[in-house]
Amino acid sequence: MDRGVEEERERIPMSERPEWADIRPVPQDDGPNPVVPIAYTDEFSETMDYFRAVYLADERSPRALQLTKEAIFLNSGNYTVWQFRRLVLDSLNVDLHEELHFLDQITKDNSKNYQIWHHRRWVAEKLGTHIASKELEFTREIFSQDAKNYHAWSHRQWVLQALGGWENELAYCDELLEDDIFNNSAWNQRYFVVTRSPLLGGLEVMRDSEVAYTIKAILAKPENESPWRYLRGIYKNDVKSLVNDPRVASVCLDVLLDKRDCVHALSMVLDLLSHNYQPSNELKNAVDAVSPDPKPSDSNFAERVCSILQLVDPIRASYWRWRKSSIRAQD
Amino acid sequence: MENIRATKTQEDQWMVQNHVFRIYDLVFRLPPHAQSVNFEIRRDNHIEYLTKSLKQLGPNFTVLDANRPWLCYWIIHSIALLGDCLDDKLENDVVDFLQRCQDLNGGYGGGPGQMPHLATTYAAVNTLITVGSQRSLSSIDRKKLYVFLLRMKDASGGFRMHGGGEVDVRACYTAISVASVLNILDDRLIQNVGDYIVSCQTYEGGIAGEPGSEAHGGYTFCGLAAMVLINEVNRLDLPGLINWVVFRQGVECGFQGRTNKLVDGCYSFWQGGVAAIIQRLHLLVNEQLGLPNTFKYDYRTESDNDSSDSDGEPYSDGAASPENDVCQPMQEGKSNAFAAVGVNDNGYKFIKGPISMAPLFNSMALQQYILLCSQEEAGFRDKPGKRRDHYHTCYVLSGLSISQHSNTKEADSPPLPRDIMGPYSNLLEPLHPLYNIVLDKYYEAHEFFARS
Repeated sequence: MDRGVEEERERIPMSERPEWADIRPVPQDDGPNPVVPIAYTDEFSETMDYFRAVYLADERSPRALQLTKEAIFLNSGNYTVWQFRRLVLDSLNVDLHEELHFLDQITKDNSKNYQIWHHRRWVAEKLGTHIASKELEFTREIFSQDAKNYHAWSHRQWVLQALGGWENELAYCDELLEDDIFNNSAWNQRYFVVTRSPLLGGLEVMRDSEVAYTIKAILAKPENESPWRYLRGIYKNDVKSLVNDPRVASVCLDVLLDKRDCVHALSMVLDLLSHNYQPSNELKNAVDAVSPDPKPSDSNFAERVCSILQLVDPIRASYWRWRKSSIRAQD
Repeated sequence: MENIRATKTQEDQWMVQNHVFRIYDLVFRLPPHAQSVNFEIRRDNHIEYLTKSLKQLGPNFTVLDANRPWLCYWIIHSIALLGDCLDDKLENDVVDFLQRCQDLNGGYGGGPGQMPHLATTYAAVNTLITVGSQRSLSSIDRKKLYVFLLRMKDASGGFRMHGGGEVDVRACYTAISVASVLNILDDRLIQNVGDYIVSCQTYEGGIAGEPGSEAHGGYTFCGLAAMVLINEVNRLDLPGLINWVVFRQGVECGFQGRTNKLVDGCYSFWQGGVAAIIQRLHLLVNEQLGLPNTFKYDYRTESDNDSSDSDGEPYSDGAASPENDVCQPMQEGKSNAFAAVGVNDNGYKFIKGPISMAPLFNSMALQQYILLCSQEEAGFRDKPGKRRDHYHTCYVLSGLSISQHSNTKEADSPPLPRDIMGPYSNLLEPLHPLYNIVLDKYYEAHEFFARS
């Protein structure tokens, strides 16, 4: 943990610091026979004993603020400390830009901590729209280390919605997907932008170009599940259009003809069929050609697709069997 | 897009995948006797590891100092799944300790003197139910807990984790689960929470932590279980959710949490639990697919390697389990009116209802990943190369229990030997998939809180 200057000098016990002389520390009430007792270091125990004292006294002072910082350095998961710190920050009317700087420091080593990100949202909300670009830049830094950090993505979405900064977001998704086309978080963010950005006109307007983009991604890596799901997502609540868009069946055909990694293509064909898509002979032949079983016995084409999926995707054999029996029950 | 070089996702995936395949390869090349040892649960070792931790933890656990009820739950639930229990003295110590975590105004904090928090409240309540004594169950101040839950209710319909805390699907689940199991769930708590959860189901089919975020195994479990408990699960797109969850099981045989992420043993429960819940929702799934209510997916009478035409044949036995209200499609506009009467019993009706659908995930494959890749000499881990911890031990064992029991027709009937990977002595206690509490302990608590 980055403790800056504080780490370099020897820690003075709080009991020897004159500014704390008036405080009577409050030990933790663990009882005579605690379970899951943790062998705290002396530094941790003492810091928390003083924290409890100021917390119980509701002392909203500069020294209390400093103390919460020390406690957070020792355990950044203590939500009580964070909540009290927010009360103190509010009461003291401190410059919250400094608080953001403090968060920058500790997030790098604790990037999967709920409390830190929640606190960051609280601070950013108070600072308002002028902080949007800084926040977008900060999450971008996090993504350069871990492009799928769940908390950072939630924060980024919150920033966009609450503080703005949508201008370059689609380009940013492009950039991340260019770097790693398998990054499902980036695909999810793309969906978020396309459906919610006030600048792009919404899904209806974007659909056509998004389909084209997605199909290109599928053809590059047909084994990549993300664009297949994205493609369905673009047509969410409008399956009819999915079935009627010739590019969808066409990309399935292209992938099947290539005869590699055809699970997602077969799965998409199955979805089309279950919404009354009438397959061409070409598509039927391409499906039969990827079957490891040379004589698929099912007369119903959709059931045949299920049988093939059972064979080429054995981990999900039970699921495909269920899909097949559902088709029969529908007839 | 047509990059030739492998991306970060691919590199990470291949590394893990190769590691896992190497382990499988090694084990499967052993002579039969040496091989079979690898499939045994090292029960005594796990229990020793868990019991020791309950008594003492090292200084590196300081990062979990605000999660001590969680540590209790992870440890004690694991021990219960392994069919063991604590001695009386230790049980009493657990009750005493959690009593010190209980806030004067209701709810439990992460340690003595900490603010009450929904997640640690869930952990504390589930722990006390697992301990199960009269003293343990009556130590929960349900009146004040109810007031705490109401205080955490957000204008969006969702819940806040703690005073001034974050709103997300975890908070919704922990609040609803606790209220349901303690028989204090009502309309005020339920109001609009379904709207919030529905708004978190993503275009992928799974559920995210907040509206707009990415579909994720942990949140999908939380969202689905909460929706069942408030009797609004038919508002979710169930076929979409099923499709998403079955695709989370990968070539490594375990589950990943999100699309194109790495396998992790803890999702054995989060995703496996989703699959287990789905098995009892066949009527609603049928309804959403436009299938007749009599349609059942049950291939258990078929031989395993038979993929002939008769496989998965739907059959009608005329009994569409009318006693199982919770799986009945809800009548439009009546959700809350109905909820007022029997909503507290949804968890009970759910578990007492028949399991009318065969598992849609690969239970044997999951058991293989757990036994060969997650299991350490003592304790369980995320994946090979990672170190064991209590969280993973708890959720890997929970997922193992679910897998082992996934082919039983009723919650209380024992599975067949062919459904258990390894010796039959590997069998764990069954659990209630909506609460993740060992079934017997759940029944005792249900009875206790129905009376008082």
